[in-house]
Amino acid sequence: MDMLKRVPISEQDPKVRAANFDEVCLGYTEDEAVAEASRCLNCKNPKCVGGCPVSINIPAFIEQVKDRNFKRAYEIISESSALPAVCGRVCPQETQCEGVCIRGIKGEAVAIGKLERFVADWARKNGIRPKSDTPKNGHKAAVIGSGPAGLTCAGDLARMGYDVTIFEALHKTGGVLVYGIPEFRLPKDEVVAAEVENVKGLGVKIETNVIIGKSITIDELLNEEGFEAVFIGSGAGLPRFMGIPGEQANGVFSANEFLTRNNLMKSFKDYDTPIARGKKVVVVGGGNVAMDAARTALRLGAEVHVVYRRSEAELPARAEEVHHAKEEGVIFDLLENPVEILTDDKGWVSGIRIIKMELGEPDESGRRSPIEIPGSEYEIECDTVIMSLGTSPNPLISSTTEGLETNKRGCIIAKEENGETSKTGVYAGGDAVTGAATVILAMGAGKQAAAGIDDYFKNRSMA
Amino acid sequence: MYEIVKKEHLADNIFLMDIKAPWVARACLPGQFVIAKIDEEGERIPLTICDYDRNAGTVTIVVQTIGASTERMDTLEEKDSLQDFVGPLGKPSELCLEENLEDTRTKNIVFIAGGLGTAPVYPQVKWLHEHVIMGSRTKDLLFYIDEMKSVAKAVYVTTDDGSFGFHGMGTDQLQALYDEGKSFDRCVAIGPMIMMKFVCLLTKKLSLDTIVSMNPIMVDGTGMCGACRLIVDGKVKFACVDGPEFDGHKVDFDLAMARMAQYKTAEGRKKLEFEEGDTHHGGCGVCEGGKE
Ligand SMILES: Cc1cc2nc3c(=O)[nH]c(=O)nc-3n(C[C@H](O)[C@H](O)[C@H](O)COP(=O)(O)OP(=O)(O)OC[C@H]3O[C@@H](n4cnc5c(N)ncnc54)[C@H](O)[C@@H]3O)c2cc1C
Ligand SMILES: Cc1cc2nc3c(=O)[nH]c(=O)nc-3n(C[C@H](O)[C@H](O)[C@H](O)COP(=O)(O)OP(=O)(O)OC[C@H]3O[C@@H](n4cnc5c(N)ncnc54)[C@H](O)[C@@H]3O)c2cc1C
Ligand code: SF4
Ligand code: SF4
Ligand code: FES
Repeated sequence: MDMLKRVPISEQDPKVRAANFDEVCLGYTEDEAVAEASRCLNCKNPKCVGGCPVSINIPAFIEQVKDRNFKRAYEIISESSALPAVCGRVCPQETQCEGVCIRGIKGEAVAIGKLERFVADWARKNGIRPKSDTPKNGHKAAVIGSGPAGLTCAGDLARMGYDVTIFEALHKTGGVLVYGIPEFRLPKDEVVAAEVENVKGLGVKIETNVIIGKSITIDELLNEEGFEAVFIGSGAGLPRFMGIPGEQANGVFSANEFLTRNNLMKSFKDYDTPIARGKKVVVVGGGNVAMDAARTALRLGAEVHVVYRRSEAELPARAEEVHHAKEEGVIFDLLENPVEILTDDKGWVSGIRIIKMELGEPDESGRRSPIEIPGSEYEIECDTVIMSLGTSPNPLISSTTEGLETNKRGCIIAKEENGETSKTGVYAGGDAVTGAATVILAMGAGKQAAAGIDDYFKNRSMA
Repeated sequence: MYEIVKKEHLADNIFLMDIKAPWVARACLPGQFVIAKIDEEGERIPLTICDYDRNAGTVTIVVQTIGASTERMDTLEEKDSLQDFVGPLGKPSELCLEENLEDTRTKNIVFIAGGLGTAPVYPQVKWLHEHVIMGSRTKDLLFYIDEMKSVAKAVYVTTDDGSFGFHGMGTDQLQALYDEGKSFDRCVAIGPMIMMKFVCLLTKKLSLDTIVSMNPIMVDGTGMCGACRLIVDGKVKFACVDGPEFDGHKVDFDLAMARMAQYKTAEGRKKLEFEEGDTHHGGCGVCEGGKE
């Protein structure tokens, strides 16, 4: 075995998978996982751990995989992460744990994410679940939102003995994991629902169909319902549009709408919710969300173009997703930006007018900013446009909670180290605080806030 | 699960249900709506809150069967349950807010309810006891007349075909009232979009401020998908969080009606066409109808 090279992982053939919604990556077998684990150098100063936002003890769990102690490996991961089967699949590993792996200096980094996924899948298939034997401490805490931030915070609080209830606005738990990220990257019933069951298994109660700020406010939870602390993990779901002419035409969707119809409402199976199956679809944007929308539209039978205003190097999506999208046949129109959506006389999308861009000087974010090339406009025909330009937090909670401060982007202001907000007893974390980010950062914030809430109770009982 | 504690047929294709939903009943106000989902495979159906009983923890909805989902809902009976029922969603009607009530009560208000619009108008009239014009295409589609009469100052019933009450449309009745020398400080129009559009054209001429309740296509109802977007006063608004009630003189109705056609089934489109005129053209790729 070439120690510089990763053990390859099996995937569905691009031609086959472009027409189904089954998971693309099939995961390692036991032998493959053991072989890949043997590539880890078990570093004295493991850089990988520093690259992981929740500091999983990576060399320790990989060592157990190498020795085929998969159960022990799972226990080690569970000390730091509540959703390993999810993170192993969707973390941007190449810029986190694997990006700094010492094995990666010469040769390829250890496939940490794939190993994590293997361990979590193995545990699930073998009926191993995290448990908690901490006695209940009699204190009640509420968690708003059942995305990665809320699930993690709730799980940690339950482990510490708190009586925790999650309130979720939608009819299903999981946040973006169920409504945003598609089945072919993250199976819903098999993986997400199982991780939610694990959190429930710790004693967490979940109330779906309760929308905080409407069904009940945070102040009412605190003053009338007997909750002593609240964690807000309500995410950043409000979609942005470009403000160009034609954007309200029939056939223009936000990526959230398109993905929600498909993933949460399962319109790709024969469920009742309809979805527009375009013939030629233009997806505007270059992040993970754009890749998911593009690959979904492709699977629904369309020719798909991703229009992104910078070059390939700046694509914010994970490298693996871009690679998979290309393999499947998504066409990338880079250094281009839409200026107008064209419509027919009945108000339906008939095409899109695009202008070519070039890259100028780097802006504050360090990325080279795109500049329009005058006179370079051209039109392409299409019947569907999916806007994937990012999202921001929904004002529903901030506008109904007395004394909860937000910044000018609408994000809740919370301390990074413990999630504390401007309102006593109220903590926040995840996309609701940072704006759209990643699963693992949301989990990390949920963890910090759980510790922060625990400190709050301890200090209060001492005072 | 949310139990159906009462079901009643009100008129042709219109049924009422009382649903046990304590979370909604505890907080809802007139003007707000819920989203109901029948079972695992069902879609999220937005429905206006028509009445509620905080003590019993129940919410009343009135539904018109127009397509697959509403028809499927009609197959459910008392003691059956809906899998999901979330709310209250949207903003309450401003007229009925506690802090505005004093001021509102000094105003002379006319409600215009078109077709199913009677349902959402009812709870507001229950609070405010004002004038109501109830319009419908024909007699068989009228419902809630007695209930409305018991809470309103005056009720004027109209049918397009003259089969009951005033022969004409809600707008004709309003014009007739003005011709008689009556006038109002505020109009609230709820019904098919085409009706609201024409009410707004008239009330603009009459300089009568008008509130409308918009019902665009929705998915989540929480501000997450943008399916429900409208142009109001030149700006993009999400009906599920910024509305559903808006200043009718500022709503772009033509756009809103065009957008309604997006997910219509062939059958739903036909009914909508009948109700709202030719605002649907197909080509959404769902029903295979239209464009191609
Ligand atoms: C299509 C898509 C693809 C992505 N791909 C990746 C990826 O590959 N890798 C990665 O790391 N990240 C990815 N992300 C980002 C990642 O999913 C998010 O950063 C993460 O889910 C944020 O977690 P959260 O818990 O803060 O919020 P969310 O996951 O958004 O969960 C918030 C929950 O709160 C609920 N809620 C909101 N308001 C209320 C209320 N008022 N009352 C009750 N409940 C409420 C919402 O319904 C939702 O369920 C992707 C995002 C999208 C949209
Ligand atoms: C805020 C709001 C309040 C409403 N209140 C009521 C009410 O109190 N009583 C009632 O009977 N109906 C009400 N409606 C309309 C109701 O939601 C639709 O009639 C229903 O969704 C139609 O579904 P269908 O499958 O039976 O019809 P189909 O014609 O088969 O529907 C096909 C698709 O079009 C969409 N759709 C069709 N008609 C409408 C419509 N009028 N509004 C929104 N989406 C539509 C649905 O999402 C569905 O996916 C309301 C809608 C909104 C947005
Ligand atoms: S949680 Fe994410 S960053 Fe941490 S080890 Fe796993 S894949 Fe890497
Ligand atoms: S840095 Fe890489 S090689 Fe070193 S311990 Fe971490 S995973 Fe193993
Ligand atoms: S229904 Fe999705 S944003 Fe309004």
